[in-house]
Amino acid sequence: MEQGFNRRRFLLSTAGIAGGLALPGTPLFAQSANKIRVGLMLPYTGTYASLGNAITNGFKLAVEQGGGKLGGREIEYFTVDDESDAAKAPENANKLIKRDNVDVLIGTVHSGVALAMTRVARETKTLLIVPNAGADEITGPLCSPNIFRTSFSAWQPAYAMGQVMAEKKHKNVVTLSWKYSFGEQSVAGFKEAFEKAGGKVVKEMYLPFPNVEFQPYLTEIAALKPDAVFVFFAGGGAVKFVKDYDAAGLKKTIPLYGSGFLTDGTLEAQGDSAEGILTTLHYADGLDIAKDKAFRTAYAMAYKMQPDVYSVQGYDAAQLFAAGLAGVGGDVTKREALIAAMEKATIDSPRGRFTLSKAHNPVQDIYLRKVEAKQNKVITVAAKALADPARGCRM
Amino acid sequence: MDVSTFLIQLLNSLQYGLLLFLVASGLTLIFGIMGIINLAHGSFYMMGAYMAFSLTALSGNFLVAVLVGVALSVLIGFLLEWALFSRLYKRDHLDQVLLTYGLILIFEELRSLLVGDDVHGVPIPELLSASIQLSETLSYPVYRLFMSAVCILLAIVMYWLIRYTRLGMMIRAGSSNREMVQALGINIDLIYRIVFGLGVTLAAFAGMLAAPVSSVYPGMGNQVLIICFVVVVIGGVGSVWGALVAALLIGLTDTFGKVIAPDYAGLAVYVLMAAVLLWRPEGIFRRI
Repeated sequence: MEQGFNRRRFLLSTAGIAGGLALPGTPLFAQSANKIRVGLMLPYTGTYASLGNAITNGFKLAVEQGGGKLGGREIEYFTVDDESDAAKAPENANKLIKRDNVDVLIGTVHSGVALAMTRVARETKTLLIVPNAGADEITGPLCSPNIFRTSFSAWQPAYAMGQVMAEKKHKNVVTLSWKYSFGEQSVAGFKEAFEKAGGKVVKEMYLPFPNVEFQPYLTEIAALKPDAVFVFFAGGGAVKFVKDYDAAGLKKTIPLYGSGFLTDGTLEAQGDSAEGILTTLHYADGLDIAKDKAFRTAYAMAYKMQPDVYSVQGYDAAQLFAAGLAGVGGDVTKREALIAAMEKATIDSPRGRFTLSKAHNPVQDIYLRKVEAKQNKVITVAAKALADPARGCRM
Repeated sequence: MDVSTFLIQLLNSLQYGLLLFLVASGLTLIFGIMGIINLAHGSFYMMGAYMAFSLTALSGNFLVAVLVGVALSVLIGFLLEWALFSRLYKRDHLDQVLLTYGLILIFEELRSLLVGDDVHGVPIPELLSASIQLSETLSYPVYRLFMSAVCILLAIVMYWLIRYTRLGMMIRAGSSNREMVQALGINIDLIYRIVFGLGVTLAAFAGMLAAPVSSVYPGMGNQVLIICFVVVVIGGVGSVWGALVAALLIGLTDTFGKVIAPDYAGLAVYVLMAAVLLWRPEGIFRRI
């Protein structure tokens, strides 16, 4: 519902600009009559609906900025709502691959669904670009020439935070997260960097997903009195945790750190409780990057709302695919050359330029951000050009 | 674990248990007395929380929001009973499951259309925003204690209502033999409507009360639904007293499970349920 409305409004508001751009141009590349078929498999209902919409908006903004084309070819969209349901993921992915015959598959937010998509893409050799899901496996053991990611791996922001907290001379740290793979991978990434730098994780605590009864853990933390706490939570759980942590009076004595999702898209609800919290992520508010400013203005004009990290990832998915298409003159049948062009691309992202690792995960700066006046203000670069170790990837 | 930490954990479990009781009591009433399996119970909880959010934003006052919210919930309860549930009493459980599952989807979609998919917070009312220092690092928000007090008060009121009032007598009679009560000239349809409205209102009220500490987010109802059914099954279907005991037991098991065996914390509650069912297949208490 929301989706259709946005798209229509977007097309109306930009039709004039796009038309104007398209008129005088002579085609740069030899064009075939067929449009390129892009399959969007994203959540449009449920908890992650707003993320799915943000990614779609970002992707379409990049296409519209190219005059409705990518790499000189017109685009046709095929959309499936994945409902963040991993059980339906293989069927949904196959619908786009077999029925709609898409040239590229874009998706998704939820890691479980993305893992299933990755397996299908490996089997069918479909080109897949993951615009969010952070499961380490996607560019780890499951890596493949036809699988790309424009977001991050769970390991990246957490590893950067391990370095930051060690630099801040914290010695004993307690970690807390939901007990599922993304949470565990975040904690593992954090622990790796933090203990390498001489710190010690005195206790790793997990609670069953998506349980939000934090009080017993807060009591534990108060009794253990660590120097600091590192957590991974997102969405509603992140809001509740940050408020509970503050209400328990812990924020005053034991500083709280986390992967960026702790305070992304949640600041309005968290209110003053989030003020001053430090997090790490590959995007931030107030970046001094010209591309980011242009992107934010264009996005706000097109959709009448502010972009977030998810829109950036969707935007870059389109940019990455465009780079590949440019390398083959828009001819998707030249598969190996297309992939080679994508691998070599430097993406001029709103988050700052990035390249891809051997396993096709962004090699990117991770920012240290501080919550100030309901924004995740960038403080500094926590880790420069950080590459995921891609453990288990044989490529 | 030293004594003070142990006592604080005990307080945590008590507080969690009481809130669970408040959410589950409506379910046990509807399930036990009317024989309706209401999967949409979690949606009423969510509805309450979203009402607290929207109405607080509109009126600027949490108390006003709760009062208006309760009135609206009663109305919605009556309306749903009249339009949908009254047709289901003589049908089997499968039809009820189908209808109430459909209601979950409708409520989620309505929520998405009316309020959107963002996470929201509800400010704690000024008067209750203080906190009490328990140990040198930990303090306890007054609002949480207030929540517990409200839950205890409601438990007493419900017990009194069902045990000692004329309405309670009719409710109890209606739950054991609908036809006989009707034959005695009691308007059983009205009784059922009241019970259903009460059940909906209890769930919504729990949502409103919990909103300032739990925040308000999509799918929050589905999270409480399962644990509510566990409360009802352990406590004994239809027993308010049983629901209270079961909720407190679950609070204890969950809290100390998380502390003592964190790796199996998710399991602890269900192990408790299995143990209770082996010991007393009908739940700890039977009937009101």
